[in-house]
This record gives sequence, structure tokens and C-alpha cells, in this order.
Amino acid sequence: MSSTDVVLVVLWVGITAYAILGGADFGAGLWDLLAGNAETGRRPRHLIDRAITPVWEANHTWLIFDLVVLWTAFSPAFAAVMTTLFIPLCFAALGIVLRGAGFAFRHVSERLEAQRAFGAAFALASVLTPFFMGTVVGAVASGRVTPSTGPDQAWSSWTGPLSLLVGVMFVVTCAYVSAVFLVHEARRAGDAGLEQYFRVRALVAGGAGGVVAVAGVIVLHADARYVYDGLVGKALPLAIVSAVCGIAAFVLLLVREVRFARGVAVLAVASVVWAWGVAQNPYLLPKTLTVDQAASSNDTMTALLVIFVAALLIIVPSLALLFVLSQRSALED
Amino acid sequence: MIAASTSNLLAAREQMAFTLAFHIPFACMGIAFPLMVLIANWLGVRGDGDALTLAQRWSKVMAVTFAVGAVTGTVLSFELGLLWPGMMARYGDVFGIPFGIEGIFFFTEAIFIAIYIYGWKRLPPKLHLLTAVPIVIAGIGGAFAVVAANSWMNQPGGFTENASGKVTSVNTFDVLFNKATPYEVPHMLLAAYIVAGFLVASVYAVGWLRGRRDRLHRLGFTIPFAVAAVATPIQLFVGDTAARAIAKDQPIKFAAIEYVQTTSRNVPEWIYGIYNGGNPKYGISIPGFDSFLVGFSTNTQVTGLDTVPTSDQPGPKTLLHWSFDTMIFIGTGFMVVIIWWLFVWWRKRALPKSPWFWRICSVCGVLAIVALWCGWIVTEVGRQPWIVYGKLRTADAVTNSGGIWITFAVLVVLYAALFVGTVVLLRALARRWRAGEAVDEGVPYAPPPA
Repeated sequence: MSSTDVVLVVLWVGITAYAILGGADFGAGLWDLLAGNAETGRRPRHLIDRAITPVWEANHTWLIFDLVVLWTAFSPAFAAVMTTLFIPLCFAALGIVLRGAGFAFRHVSERLEAQRAFGAAFALASVLTPFFMGTVVGAVASGRVTPSTGPDQAWSSWTGPLSLLVGVMFVVTCAYVSAVFLVHEARRAGDAGLEQYFRVRALVAGGAGGVVAVAGVIVLHADARYVYDGLVGKALPLAIVSAVCGIAAFVLLLVREVRFARGVAVLAVASVVWAWGVAQNPYLLPKTLTVDQAASSNDTMTALLVIFVAALLIIVPSLALLFVLSQRSALED
Repeated sequence: MIAASTSNLLAAREQMAFTLAFHIPFACMGIAFPLMVLIANWLGVRGDGDALTLAQRWSKVMAVTFAVGAVTGTVLSFELGLLWPGMMARYGDVFGIPFGIEGIFFFTEAIFIAIYIYGWKRLPPKLHLLTAVPIVIAGIGGAFAVVAANSWMNQPGGFTENASGKVTSVNTFDVLFNKATPYEVPHMLLAAYIVAGFLVASVYAVGWLRGRRDRLHRLGFTIPFAVAAVATPIQLFVGDTAARAIAKDQPIKFAAIEYVQTTSRNVPEWIYGIYNGGNPKYGISIPGFDSFLVGFSTNTQVTGLDTVPTSDQPGPKTLLHWSFDTMIFIGTGFMVVIIWWLFVWWRKRALPKSPWFWRICSVCGVLAIVALWCGWIVTEVGRQPWIVYGKLRTADAVTNSGGIWITFAVLVVLYAALFVGTVVLLRALARRWRAGEAVDEGVPYAPPPA
């Protein structure tokens, strides 16, 4: 494996971490949005608030990590994406501000009206942000981003069938992962009512996810032939793992074996992320820019590898501490 | 077409300036406030109940300002690509290395800030206190990395490129420790402690003027003020060194800051005044003093603006000069306030009683932010027309996407709301604390409920 390959793998690990951890936080926003009025939504919103308060900023940091690694290791790809997909990325950035600030502000406000306003910003932004991020991924996968595309394709690049479908897929997946996590949180809090509440929602989102996934394969065939061929070719084992895990998680939830559902659901999502990467390999931007064409010099890759090792030594134990303390209910206010 | 792209460049620069100006004071809070919280917490663990209450309350404030800093920082990461793809395509592989390092520090800070803020109830006191230490260190490390990236834009080094402008080799050490790093990094780090120190102290100064002079308020003033009081004199020295280094490394930036039109000796120092080509209007001029400041002799030669064509000079010289002068006046003024405070402490072992001391202190927070903005105007506007000094022009790095004026307008509205939200919430928190409600504070370090 060359240093470029290692950096690419680490980038994908970062994307996977953001998809699952960041995704779960966004999904929680969707459930917050759908939790009903102040009275009926009080308990689920309280659980959501408690579950994501100590971890959302750390989870969000994966996005920064991914952006920095992409621009450092594969600068031309980063520049092409940023130039062509200016509009959806602006919306995503807007959503990130509204989500983060809305959530943090709601957490410290006391008055009901203030909580409502900040909560609405948090919840709406939590739905819009993954949608626009999904359109970005769809645009890349369908080959609508190339080193020479630009403002001429400002709208057409991300409004194709695959972009819109992946946008929806992102929202549904976030909702699904989040609901599965919240089932676990409710169980930890000893709240059987909420456990049931989020179990039903996890099943609904899981079912919707299955439908969107099937639609995705069809649209992929029509709109992103290169990635489709990769998916049914070299990435097929990963696609199968994802499908099997997706179904298994659904069944586990159905028979109330929620303990294992979380891990299996995570595996289902992670294997989709990797299936996408493998399917479009060796391209970063399908059919116009390969990994090697976009790769920075060896020196930069080496510097990144050193940074990764440092991160491994510092961040992994710190994150483990955060999650362990959070799961043991040592972090509350 | 040309008109459109000029407008794009202006819009992109204004948007970048606006979002940076908004973010930087929050970044200062993220870098420097944790030290003050740590000091208060440390005093608290040693038995000072007021200090412990302060630490607990401040950690709530930290949660809000850190969140705003994190999201506005994310906007900047997006903007680097969205507004300046030309720079990222060409130098992303060099410029990105310090940001990769910053990522580690930011991650660490985000993790430990969460553990610290939400660990009040259940973690043992000494362990909890210890979890604040990585926040302080990560803040310093993160600031180092980000400012090193900016230093690199001012003094790009540590790489080679081929004829077509592709970077072929990178020396990480030389990128991180470029020629501007030794003065830019300490200058900004100290600025962070000064801004956060005076900002927090100014809140308690207002409280003093309103008659809140109990021990909690006195301590709440003294801890941050003392931090700023340590940082300010060092800052004057570092800033002075930085100016001399800029005279050497970025002579045109220096010439613009100091209104030096033609290369000469015995150059006067202008205090304010309007740039007017050769002879500034309305300013006060001290003969030979600029030469003296650059080389400790009035005979020192200072490079003039006219050594390069106008197209290679930064635009608004008056803005640069006024920013530079204002920063220095505010910084020097802070020394007067600090000496006042020290003098009264030396004679009476108490805080000054004069309302004028407290009136001045209550605006020091805002003044510190103004000085911070002025410093960044000097750095960034003074580097123009280059985005990477001498290597890449800002005009060649800007995006050709349309609609920047729209995104700029949206950001202004959004950030205005963010600002109002932050202020209103922090004031509401303060009101609740004053009302004496134990607002989900609980009992610090109590055993978990049975």
C-alpha cells in the first residue's frame, strides 16, 4: 500500500465516523422535529438533549477532519467539489451553524418560547444539512463534478436524480441510526415507554431506508453507471454485507433484541460508505479525476500519516474516555 | 465580465473578513478562557467556595461560546474552499498540514470541554480539575497551528514547485516554522489572553458600577484581569518585534502601514493622518522616529511604497495605518490601567475605588476586541494583493461562482441573530445566577443520587 492509499483509507474512516456519529446527531434533530407539541414531545426531546449534549461537538469535529484531509491530500478534488457544488455546500454550512447554535442555545434557555425557537432552528437544520450533503455525494458519484466544471453547472450538478435520491437517503439513514441509538439510550435510562417509542421509529426509518436503498440501486444504474458497475462488481461483497446487516437489524428490532441491533445497524451504514468508495475506485471524481491524479506529493502524505499516528495516540483514548463516561451517565448537568 | 469578477473578489473578501471578525473573539474565548476557569476551579478545590461557584458558572458560559466558536469556525473551513478554490487547488497540500495538526488539538479540546463542562456532578474533584488541563493545552496548540497557517500565507516557505505551479516537495517543519511564525503565533496567543481576560473582567466591572461588589464579583474581576495584566506587557514587546520583522520581510506592507512613500532615511512616524500619496494630511509627524523604531537609529533606511507598482501595493493605506495606530494606542492604554490596578494593590491590598477605573475597565473588553480586529486588518489587508505573499494573487484564488453578495448578506443576518442569541442567553444566565436560583447547578462534587 502506498502512502496515498493509507491516507485515502483514513479519509474514508473519517467519512464513516462522521456518517454514523454526526449522522446520529442530525437524525436526533429529525425526531426532535417530529416529537409533537411541547407537552407530548417533552420526554423524547429531553432524552435527545441528554444523549447528544456531551458528544455532538466531538462528533461534528469529524467533518472538519474530513474536509482538512481532503483538501490537503487531494487538493484538486476538493477545489473542484467546492467550485461546482457551491450552492448545496453553502446550504450545508448554513445548516451546520443553525443546528449547532440552535441546539446549544436551547440547552441553556429557560423560557418556553426561546426553547421553541432555538429548538426549531436545531431541528429543521438537522434535516436540511444531511439532505444537502447527500446531494453533494450524489453529484460526485454521478460524475457531475469534474476538474473543469464550475458555475455553469451551479444548479444542474446537484439536482440530478441520484443527487436528490442520495439527499433523501442521507436524511432517512440519519433518522434510522439515531433512532437505533436512542432506543439504547432510553433503555439505559430505564424508560420502557421511550424505548418502545424509538423502537417503532427505528423500524419505520429502517423500512424507509430499505425502500430508498432499492430505489438507489435503480437510479444508480440509470444515472451513475460507473459506480453501479463497481457496486455489482468489486464492491458487491460490501453491498451484500450492508443488505444483510440492514435486514438483520430490522429483525432484531422487531423481536426486541435491541442490544445487538445497534452494532449491526452501524455495520450496515458503514459498509455502504465503503461500498461507495470501492465502487468508484480508482476515481475520486468518477471518470475525470483519479486518486493518483489528485494526490499531493509524497511529503504531504507522509506529514499526514504522522498526524494520523499522533491523532491515534491522542484522540482515540480521549474519545473512548468521553464515550465511556457518557455511557456511564457521568456527564450530566 | 471584468466588472463581474472584480465585484466577486470584493464580495468574497468582505465575506471572509466579516466571518473572520465574528469568529476570532470566540476563538480567543476558546483559547484563553479555559485557563481562567482552571484557575478558579483550582482555587475552589483548595477550599474557596466563591471561586468554585465562579468556575462552575464560567464553564456554562464556556459551553455557549465554544459552540458558537465551533460552528463559525466550520463556516471558515468551508469558505477556504468555497471562496478561495484557487489557493486550495494550488497550495492546499502545503497550507493543509498545519490545519491537520489543528484538527488534533480541536478534537482534543472538544472532547475535554465536554467532559469538563458535564463532569461537575459525578467526577471526583481532583480528576475533574485535571480534565481542564488538556483544554488549556489544546487551545494553545490549536492557536499555534492556525496562526502558523496564516504566517505561512505571509511568509510562504518549506516547499518547491515545478514550472506549472504544482507543489513537488514539502518540508513540514519549514512550513510550520516559517519566518513569520516566531512573531505571529505569540502575538495572537497573547492577544487571545488579553481579549478573553479584559472581556470577562469588563462584565464584572459593569457589575461593580451597578453596586455588585461582593467577593464573588471581585474574584470574577481579578482572575481574568490578572491574566490580561500578565499578557499585556509581553504583548507590547512581541508586537514591537513583529513590526520590525515585517519591515524586513514584507517591506511594502510596512511602508503602507507607516505611510512611507519613497525609500529613505530619517523617516518620520505619522500618528494617524490621511494617506495622500507623498505627504499625509492632518496627522502628527514625529521626525525620524519611524527609522528609529525600525533600526534603533534615525539613519535607518526604510523601503518605500514606490519601489513597486501600485498594482503590487495594498489598497486602503489609511485603513491600514489607522488600524495599526489604534491597536498600539489601545495596547499601550491597557498598560496604564494595569499600572493603576497594580499601584492600588501595592498600597492598599484592594481593588481601586475610583469609578473611573471601573468605567474604563467596563469598556476594556470591547477595546481589546477592536485592537484584535485592527491587528488582523493590518495582517490581512496589508498582505494584499497577495493571498500567498509573492506567490499567488488573491484575484487569482477567488471563486468564479456567482452570488457571493447573497451569501454574504445571508451570513450577516445569520450572524447578527447568533450574536443577539449569545448575548441574550448569557445575560439570562447571569440574571438567574443573581436571582440566587440554583439553576440546574446542583451541588458541586456531590455523590450521585441514590
